[in-house]
Amino acid sequence: MSLLELKNVSKIYGDLHALDHVNIKVEKGEWLAIMGPSGSGKSTMMNIIGALDKATEGEILLDGEDIAKKSAAALTDIRRDKIGLIFQQFHLVSYLTAVENVMLAQYYHSLPDEKEALEALDRVGLAGRAKHYPSQLSGGEQQRVCVARALINYPEIILADEPTGNLDEANEEIVVEMFNKLHNEGTTLVVVTHNPEVAEVAQRTIVLRNGRVDHETVNENFTGKIKHITLM
Amino acid sequence: MKKRKMYIRMITASLLRRRTRMIIALLAITIGAMILSGLVTIYIDVPRQMGAQFRNYGANMIFTSAEGDISPEDVRTAVSVIPSEKLVGLAPYRYETVRINDRPVMAAATDMEGAKAASPFWAVDGEWPEEGGQIMIGKNVAATYNLKPGKKMTCSYLPEQEDVMDNYMDFTVTGILDTGGKEEDYVYMSFEDMEELTGESTAYDICELSVSAAADELETISQTINSSAPSLTARLIKRVTQSETTVLSKLQALVLLVTVVVLALTMICVGTTMTAVVAERRKEIGLRKALGAGNASIVGEFMGEGMILGAAGGLLGSVFGFIFAQSVSMNVFNSSIILMPWLVPVTIAASILVTGLACLIPIKSATKVDPALVLKGE
Ligand SMILES: Nc1ncnc2c1ncn2[C@@H]1O[C@H](COP(=O)(O)OP(=O)(O)OP(=O)(O)O)[C@@H](O)[C@H]1O
Ligand SMILES: [Mg+2]
Repeated sequence: MSLLELKNVSKIYGDLHALDHVNIKVEKGEWLAIMGPSGSGKSTMMNIIGALDKATEGEILLDGEDIAKKSAAALTDIRRDKIGLIFQQFHLVSYLTAVENVMLAQYYHSLPDEKEALEALDRVGLAGRAKHYPSQLSGGEQQRVCVARALINYPEIILADEPTGNLDEANEEIVVEMFNKLHNEGTTLVVVTHNPEVAEVAQRTIVLRNGRVDHETVNENFTGKIKHITLM
Repeated sequence: MKKRKMYIRMITASLLRRRTRMIIALLAITIGAMILSGLVTIYIDVPRQMGAQFRNYGANMIFTSAEGDISPEDVRTAVSVIPSEKLVGLAPYRYETVRINDRPVMAAATDMEGAKAASPFWAVDGEWPEEGGQIMIGKNVAATYNLKPGKKMTCSYLPEQEDVMDNYMDFTVTGILDTGGKEEDYVYMSFEDMEELTGESTAYDICELSVSAAADELETISQTINSSAPSLTARLIKRVTQSETTVLSKLQALVLLVTVVVLALTMICVGTTMTAVVAERRKEIGLRKALGAGNASIVGEFMGEGMILGAAGGLLGSVFGFIFAQSVSMNVFNSSIILMPWLVPVTIAASILVTGLACLIPIKSATKVDPALVLKGE
């Protein structure tokens, strides 16, 4: 059984079909990239998978359970227990320190544990920045805090919507390297990206166009390491 | 770490980091709480304060007796029922008809100090009598006989036995009494002079009392007196006590109205601030929801912030409220207010309640935030 399966999922805004009968399967432990032009429905799909939004029609099977018809409260529980979210705009709470931002996810999930939160920050190389406020961190550092927050509760699936969209190459590489670590630990990853270099690192890439799956490619020689196209 | 510790850390950090907005809300709550506790203090204290003021308008209780005479002992027993700090003035009176230039005039014997205290509004041109042989005469009497302070006059008294000669006594006029009432037709002398003039020992005909107490307390006092001293009857001067009650209840209604208006304004100000805060924090709310915060958590966090503001504002407000009530009291009544410690927890509770109510609508809109929408845009 796949960890995640979308069956004929559509999202309709007025007469705009943001998603149009999409069928996708994601296996447990898989690292999947999603690409496509702007407006092709990538974020719409991620929000539906992430239980932030509801599909107009179709089934979304997460762990074999259809979440399409669940109530708002049930979707909140699913987000809390099973999903780790990373956004392009970082989204940290401005008045909490880095470690408190990580602990926030623990707080809603179960119990805040400062030691564990510090370990998670250490994993993303920010042990020394734990007491800093988001405004005192660089964009790359902020996004790494978000990664630490997304992985703190050991979610079944991490969804990242353009996680490197606002980062320079060096920080992009650090984030991709962290995805590789998570992948090696068995975490399922779905990463939306505009950057072919980031997509190529994944095991498989799905390309959306006008709300439909246009095509998909499998990375035959997957290493999990980024290969920068350097211009000589 | 305990969940509660993180909760407290979050809401205090949120309040401290959004200082300017929170100070405005805190200020509104503090002012509201100050007016509330200040006006409640005045509201409760005003009958006491006003009671003292009202005593300027004269006696509000009267002792009479069905038998005619009241003995000084009975009066002493009756008066012992009244707490001494509430008895402002006690004026016993004995009336006899005397003759001045062979024309009858009503003479009243009284205790001058007592009369002065019981009827502070009496205006005297000249002085009150202080020793024997001195007399105070009403304005009309003065006009009739063309008397002025310092002039001498003679009163005569015809005893009841017909074979006895008239008694005469000379007096010096010390003052002319102006009250606007029947007192202007009387002359006033001491009990000693009256006894000398009439040759009889004098009991009281009537006693006027000025008691600083609210209408219902006066009622209780008069009932106690009537049951403990059956030889005399204590009555309230309804004209005085009723107008006091009317003025008081109008004043208290005004205070209540102002309090309600101020609390409503506080609520509007806090509600507006909270609405702005929620609008500012839509992204954060969306993020919390994305992390799995349910509506109860969101409500709990914002309510927590509101409660802290409410409690802090209530505490500050009770301190300032006391100062406010004190200065009003000093300026208006010229006396200091009584500190009521129970008002502090009551004010804090009321501030928390008002803040909580004011937060209801903004917090409701916080729970309506759609995380998918707010987390998307720049
Ligand atoms: N709340 C909404 N109401 C109406 N239309 C919407 C809404 N959200 C998205 N859309 C539309 O759905 C389509 C898909 O949007 P979506 O955000 O999924 O695109 P995207 O692939 O993520 O694009 P980008 O690469 O620019 O982020 C777009 O045409 C967009 O205008
Ligand atoms: Mg998008």
